Amino acid sequence: MNVNQSAPPVPPFGQPQPVYPGYHQSSYGGQPGSTAPPTHYGAYNGPVPGYQETLAPGVSRAPPSLGAPPATTAQTPCGQAAYGQFGQGDVQNGPSSTVQMQRLSGSQPFGSAPLAPVVSQPTVLQPYGPLPTSSQVTAQLAGMQISGAMAPAPPTLGLGYGPPTSLASASGSFPNSGLYGSYSQGQAPPLSQTQGHPGAQPPQRSAPPQASSFTPPASGGPRMPSMSGPLLPGQGFGGPPVSQPNHVSSPPPQVLPPGTQMTGPPGPPPPMHSSQQPGYQLQQNGSFGPGRGPQPNYGSPYPGAPTFGSQPGPPQPLPPKRLDPDAIPSPIQVIEDDRNNRGSEPFVTGVRGQVPPLVTTNFLVKDQGNASPRYIRCTSYNIPCTSDMAKQAQVPLAAVIKPLARLPPEEASPYVVDHGESGPLRCNRCKAYMCPFMQFIEGGRRFQCCFCSCINDVPPQYFQHLDHTGKRVDAYDRPELSLGSYEFLATVDYCKNNKFPSPPAFIFMIDVSYNAIRSGLVRLLCEELKSLLDCLPREGRAEESAIRVGFVTYNKVLHFYNVKSSLAQPQMMVVSDVADMFVPLLDGFLVNVNESRAVITSLLDQIPEMFADTRETETVFAPVIQAGMEALKAAECAGKLFLFHTSLPIAEAPGKLKNRDDRKLINTDKEKTLFQPQTGAYQTLAKECVAQGCCVDLFLFPNQYVDVATLCVVPQLTGGSVYKYACFQVENDQERFLSDLRRDVQKVVGFDAVMRVRTSTGIRAVDFFGAFYMSNTTDVELAGLDGDKTVTVEFKHDDRLNEESGALLQCALLYTSCAGQRRLRIHNLALNCCTQLADLYRNCETDTLINYMAKFAYRGVLNSPVKTVRDALITQCAQILACYRKNCASPSSAGQLILPECMKLLPVYLNCVLKSDVLQPGAEVTTDDRAYVRQLVTSMDVAETNVFFYPRLLPLTKSPIESTTEPPAVRASEERLSDGDIYLLENGLNLFLWVGASVQQGVVQSLFSVSSFSQITSGLSILPVLDNPLSKKVRGLVDSLRAQRSRYMKLIVVKQEDKLEMLFKHFLVEDKSLSGGASYVDFLCHMHKEIRQLLS
Amino acid sequence: MATYLEFIQQNEERDGVRFSWNVWPSSRLEATRMVVPLACLLTPLRERPDLPPVQYEPVLCSRPTCKAILNPLCQVDYRAKLWACNFCFQRNQFPPAYTGISEVNQPAELMPQFSTIEYVIQRGPQSPLIFLYVVDTCLEEDDLQALKESLQMSLSLLPPDALVGLITFGRMVQVHELSCEGISKSFVFRGTKDLTAKQIQDMLGLTTPAMPMQQARPQEHPFVSSRFLQPIQKIDMNLTDLLGELQRDPWPVTQGKRPLRSTGVALSIAVGLLEGTFPNTGARIMLFTGGPPTQGPGMVVGDELKVPIRSWHDIEKDNARFMKKATKHYEMLANRAATNGHCIDIYACALDQTGLLEMKCCANLTGGHMVMGDSFNTSLFKQTFQRIFSKDFNGNFRMAFGATLEVKTSRELKIAGAIGPCVSLNVKGPCVSENELGVGGTSQWKICGLDPTSTLGIYFEVVNQHNAPIPQGGRGAIQFVTQYQHSSTQRRIRVTTVARNWADAQSHLRHIEAAFDQEAAAVLMARLGVFRAESEEGPDVLRWLDRQLIRLCQKFGQYNKEDPTSFRLSDSFSLYPQFMFHLRRSPFLQVFNNSPDESSYYRHHFARQDLTQSLIMIQPILYSYSFHGPPEPVLLDSSSILADRILLMDTFFQIVIYLGETIAQWRKAGYQDMPEYENFKHLLQAPLDDAQEILQARFPMPRYINTEHGGSQARFLLSKVNPSQTHNNLYTWGQETGAPILTDDVSLQVFMDHLKKLAVSSAC
Repeated sequence: MNVNQSAPPVPPFGQPQPVYPGYHQSSYGGQPGSTAPPTHYGAYNGPVPGYQETLAPGVSRAPPSLGAPPATTAQTPCGQAAYGQFGQGDVQNGPSSTVQMQRLSGSQPFGSAPLAPVVSQPTVLQPYGPLPTSSQVTAQLAGMQISGAMAPAPPTLGLGYGPPTSLASASGSFPNSGLYGSYSQGQAPPLSQTQGHPGAQPPQRSAPPQASSFTPPASGGPRMPSMSGPLLPGQGFGGPPVSQPNHVSSPPPQVLPPGTQMTGPPGPPPPMHSSQQPGYQLQQNGSFGPGRGPQPNYGSPYPGAPTFGSQPGPPQPLPPKRLDPDAIPSPIQVIEDDRNNRGSEPFVTGVRGQVPPLVTTNFLVKDQGNASPRYIRCTSYNIPCTSDMAKQAQVPLAAVIKPLARLPPEEASPYVVDHGESGPLRCNRCKAYMCPFMQFIEGGRRFQCCFCSCINDVPPQYFQHLDHTGKRVDAYDRPELSLGSYEFLATVDYCKNNKFPSPPAFIFMIDVSYNAIRSGLVRLLCEELKSLLDCLPREGRAEESAIRVGFVTYNKVLHFYNVKSSLAQPQMMVVSDVADMFVPLLDGFLVNVNESRAVITSLLDQIPEMFADTRETETVFAPVIQAGMEALKAAECAGKLFLFHTSLPIAEAPGKLKNRDDRKLINTDKEKTLFQPQTGAYQTLAKECVAQGCCVDLFLFPNQYVDVATLCVVPQLTGGSVYKYACFQVENDQERFLSDLRRDVQKVVGFDAVMRVRTSTGIRAVDFFGAFYMSNTTDVELAGLDGDKTVTVEFKHDDRLNEESGALLQCALLYTSCAGQRRLRIHNLALNCCTQLADLYRNCETDTLINYMAKFAYRGVLNSPVKTVRDALITQCAQILACYRKNCASPSSAGQLILPECMKLLPVYLNCVLKSDVLQPGAEVTTDDRAYVRQLVTSMDVAETNVFFYPRLLPLTKSPIESTTEPPAVRASEERLSDGDIYLLENGLNLFLWVGASVQQGVVQSLFSVSSFSQITSGLSILPVLDNPLSKKVRGLVDSLRAQRSRYMKLIVVKQEDKLEMLFKHFLVEDKSLSGGASYVDFLCHMHKEIRQLLS
Repeated sequence: MATYLEFIQQNEERDGVRFSWNVWPSSRLEATRMVVPLACLLTPLRERPDLPPVQYEPVLCSRPTCKAILNPLCQVDYRAKLWACNFCFQRNQFPPAYTGISEVNQPAELMPQFSTIEYVIQRGPQSPLIFLYVVDTCLEEDDLQALKESLQMSLSLLPPDALVGLITFGRMVQVHELSCEGISKSFVFRGTKDLTAKQIQDMLGLTTPAMPMQQARPQEHPFVSSRFLQPIQKIDMNLTDLLGELQRDPWPVTQGKRPLRSTGVALSIAVGLLEGTFPNTGARIMLFTGGPPTQGPGMVVGDELKVPIRSWHDIEKDNARFMKKATKHYEMLANRAATNGHCIDIYACALDQTGLLEMKCCANLTGGHMVMGDSFNTSLFKQTFQRIFSKDFNGNFRMAFGATLEVKTSRELKIAGAIGPCVSLNVKGPCVSENELGVGGTSQWKICGLDPTSTLGIYFEVVNQHNAPIPQGGRGAIQFVTQYQHSSTQRRIRVTTVARNWADAQSHLRHIEAAFDQEAAAVLMARLGVFRAESEEGPDVLRWLDRQLIRLCQKFGQYNKEDPTSFRLSDSFSLYPQFMFHLRRSPFLQVFNNSPDESSYYRHHFARQDLTQSLIMIQPILYSYSFHGPPEPVLLDSSSILADRILLMDTFFQIVIYLGETIAQWRKAGYQDMPEYENFKHLLQAPLDDAQEILQARFPMPRYINTEHGGSQARFLLSKVNPSQTHNNLYTWGQETGAPILTDDVSLQVFMDHLKKLAVSSAC
């Protein structure tokens, strides 16, 4: 409260504001009043929808693009630029898909004939009008080519899709071109747009400028125009195409005519399109013609195709037989575009239902009433009003919540509100906490709950008058009335046993069996702990951490240590009664680090010595956790156990495990048992831990099978983390382990937490994914929760939603801070509701969707055969896309694959999920690895799943050495690797440095300090520290990548053609994987087939 | 008679044996009619400074069922180098080493004065003494401090090669590992969970895993096992520090609760530890506890203070809910310890009861000590504890371990049983009677802990039938063979062979009567009574004792039927009724005014002390000091309590100095400080000096009470004396003949009158 009051200045909470004050205020302020601002944003949003709509038309374009094809080669570029649409289409054709393509084609009326030669592409075309197909194909092809070609020209155009390379620059344009164009107008009247677009678009195009206006704000003001300009020309296919980076440009002219083709914005397609393809929906991207899909990619579907049909002719010739991978939607392009468009302005959360920038984009957030996307991300920001709609769309409605997410230093952490003894104000009926959406009525004497509509009295001490708009005059002085995220100090009623909690404790539990000693782990760990103990998390600016520490070592018995400050020497107490674990001491086990420093140091010095000669190889596990939990119970506090464990616990004790690893089970109905715990003992134990607020972090150092699936049960259910270092050796893994350990120990964490998600009437949280325990259906219990842990919540309708009032979410987290303070953290988020499916598709977030789907699938493997899970994923994805195609895309040939703009990456990402180790293990993947990954993914946030499933591949020598920014990523495919280059690949867990065989000797020398490629040690994990710009840059880049991830990524140097390359290739997710995973192109074709089946 | 007294005394001196009858009735029937069974009190290790042990091994009778040891009673044919066993009449060849013997060159064991002889066995490994301290940490701070000091002190008293171990307990039980440097290590056990010996050994890592490398193990084994038991010389400093750092049990004790004390588990672990590491080696488990076990197996009372610990009243009403279970637990432990030759001492110091009733068997069955005090911070405990480590004239500890007592009898006798700090080894044989008295059914007993005063009552049965008379001059013989581990770690065998004459009770009743040892008989009967009282209702035991007494009087009294006044007992019986009178009133049979713990404590000591001490316990000694003459023993009677006397009473457990009314007033007036009344000062000092003398020698230290007329502590005296004057017989009221006792108990006079009446009555 005080804070607020003190803050009186305009922006009460100011802090954040101060940062951009001018900014927001100006722009924002404007917003409300003026439409202008909206436009900006709207532009964005708008665009999207616009696109989609356009897409429909676009589809038609696609064909055009095809048409373009003739010109293609040249044009293509344009086309591509247009969007990946083309590209996509192309892609399909191009790559692997050929086969499929063919099939498709086969099926398709057209294709057969024309395609034959062209291979898939033609077929693709077929889908559309036969002719069109061909044309389309061409277009696609063109697109593809374009990409290649484009590169040069496009940059400016950037439209994006098409040529990945150009993308970066293009991206900016992209949106504009496609999106904007469409949007600007489209947005407002979505419905009309869709349809209308085609026609309208043309004008828009011209209009584009406006659109551009939007973009401009972002960055490309200039571009925009240019873009638009080009677009038009581009559309014009013909000649311009080539020159025109993006199709977009070219089409316009022609497009216009087609009107529908507008979609064409993608211009490129235009060629044909001009007439027919209405929009290409390039934007939609995704569509491919099944085989042909290429053009379709995006919107080609439509009529355009037919038109093309005629064109086909030309295309055919052009068409390379394959889908050009560059033509299918490129994640890289999308990411780059979003970065360029949205990275520069803060994301202001004041408006309901805004889709935030992608997780890969760096942006600042200004809290103006809704929680930052860093805390909550939704699969869709526009929720269908009815469950029927939701069922139809099959788009999961889910929110990925990271309640304690760390914020960048520029953003202020949530304000703490102290309401004194009365505690936070809540709705009497649904118990929702006071938030900006609560409606004050009757002059401020009452308020109506925004969740359940219950009318509550305002307590006298909270009373405040309302201004003429019905807002409380103090609204801006109170975080809970004006911010999306804030904290309340909890009263004693919110505490266990009605007692304020004591500060939490950390207990380090170290395996000292033979393996741990021999590998050097114990010595390393003890040494590290000495200094690490000074870095325990502390609250705010507290001088010293309130956290107490305790130490236990164990093999098949447990050793507790008394490190009371008054002792001269630590005392060891051995408990061998592992069957019935208990804590042998009370006083002196958990101590303040500073007070007992001498004793602790002495202990850590002696532990490695004491067990140096151990021959004990057996270990226990469950009793160790039990012991830690009992210790916390005895001390009456919450806390965290850090377990350092090496082997399968086979010693006679509760929780004893046997080696049940059996690869023969893979791909059988029994495969699921590999993911299930061996015994129920750990669940029971976890439950007790949760009740005590005992979070377990597990560090595993296995040399062989340790049954991660079972060992992880407790960490998983208590909100802990698991780290695994297979075949740990100090020399190789020390840095990684220590870095993880430091981060894990230091990170801010809340204990003994309960999270509850409340929603407005109409939807309800029905399912939860993550690392936690639930004893009922609504409360998520987290023994511990840190800033990396995410809970994914799925919602279902239980009633109708109202378009006007939208849908509200309130996530309340009650937890104990690391200083022992009991707090409530509240995140609020308002979403729009829609009665039109198109709105839903326009406001989706594919990354979040993938996060949800991966978690859903990964949980599914516990109960169903993996195949079933995979099929279900594919089916769901197909249904989502088919629904879109059926309900939102403008009519077009069945052969075209039309993807919603927001979901154009869904297939590629989904394919990555499908071929991940858990769902499709390769021969080298162990059961433990799978269980480990499964466990990790469960609590990943959107950014982590994004990079985990689609790794980043960064070329190192392409960009000038001087450039300080991260080099633009390339798509994760072997085709993108040039043997004269060096690449970094990271997925959040692994980091590879791939060295091409014909890399310049100078580069080798300056990076590895050896004279030739052959002298580079394969598998090297540390780059020599050399004083030259390249070495510095690469090492700097490695460090910065590591800094972005919550786990330390160990570097592995892979040489081209080396046997380690197999490992590396596993991460090139657009390619076919050894384990049978489909390539992107193949999968896209498959997806298209599925969709078509659904539609027919 | 004097001769018999001398004979008895001489025998006691030489052999440590006192028989109830020194001439034995020759038939079974007669023997049963004698009422007091044929029995003896045996003090196996009675100190014999004049008896140097011989450094060779005894010669055994070759008959496998006999194996009696060559003794002075054997017939020896020096020429043939043969000897005849006097128990089974087997003729045996002397071993080669005896070739040189002749009438004039006899080995010691053949000389009459060596009816008791001690052999030192040279064979076998010498095992060190083992002391395992089991220490309660739920004590008050100063108590714990005092205990710690006592323990540290004791370390200096131990032989340097003795092995020591330390277990502490409170809510948990900690077994301290003494071998390690740096960090002090201990194994901790939950105090609520009973563990089998196997589990304990597993958890302590004492069982060597069945590894393929076992052939290399044997040498390592002692090392492993000694992690917890280390030679004192090696870890003296370490252990001293460890003891110094001992903290009170840290677990919080909320108001209204007793601390949680896991005595049962601690003892169980101690027993298990020794069982696993040093089976069949003499060892002492020394339990120091400051309160009742309150949790886990062996708990005696819950931790709620509002529920008091069981009293006799509760036990009678069957309200002692933990008693049976706890007793069973400790019995099981005691038996295990006994089997392995380990003895358990209990040092219980607390104001309230500590559960000795339940735990008594630990000390009783293993020959351990039981010491009860108010606090560890009292001289009573400190000196008692110190005295455990006292040494004899040879500088050896007055303690012995792991003894086996074997009794052999000639054919006319059988062994009925034994009462004392022993357990049966269940060795049946031809000389074992079917009728049991005390611990019977065996001819061998295990006595895990022994000291020079440990005394067993051994009961026999005459089995000779009346129609198979024993030839005149025949003698019955008994051989006691005690094998034990001497405190010098030697194994030794002490052999005592005694013989007594047979007499036909019908014709020679006088002889038998004259050879009656009424003191021994009283103690032996008392032991029987106390033994019965452990399992029977108090009144039943008293009735049984009464009936025995009456029958004895009927048998040996001289009287005219139905004429009480004519009743006379011969000198050899004259004191016996009086002993019985006091025995009836003693805490061994009366539980009134005593807690169950106290009763257990008293009975424990009664069952192991030698005859003299036992008699003191039955009938305390009262000395009187006055200006009228030198100190003199006076009757234990209220009439002895006079105003101008100082009384010194020794009940074994208490030493009471009581100042008569006048003396007390004088002292109050300070006469003793005046030079002219120095004699008064001396008078005051005299009993103190005498008391000191008793205190010096007694184990355990008695409670020392200094009181005066009217003092509250005077009750100790008043409760012991014969209440010849009470508020009921007013005729003596106010007379100078003594102090009235406010009691309804019968006085000795009434008792005797009644006895006479019953004895002469033909109705009985």
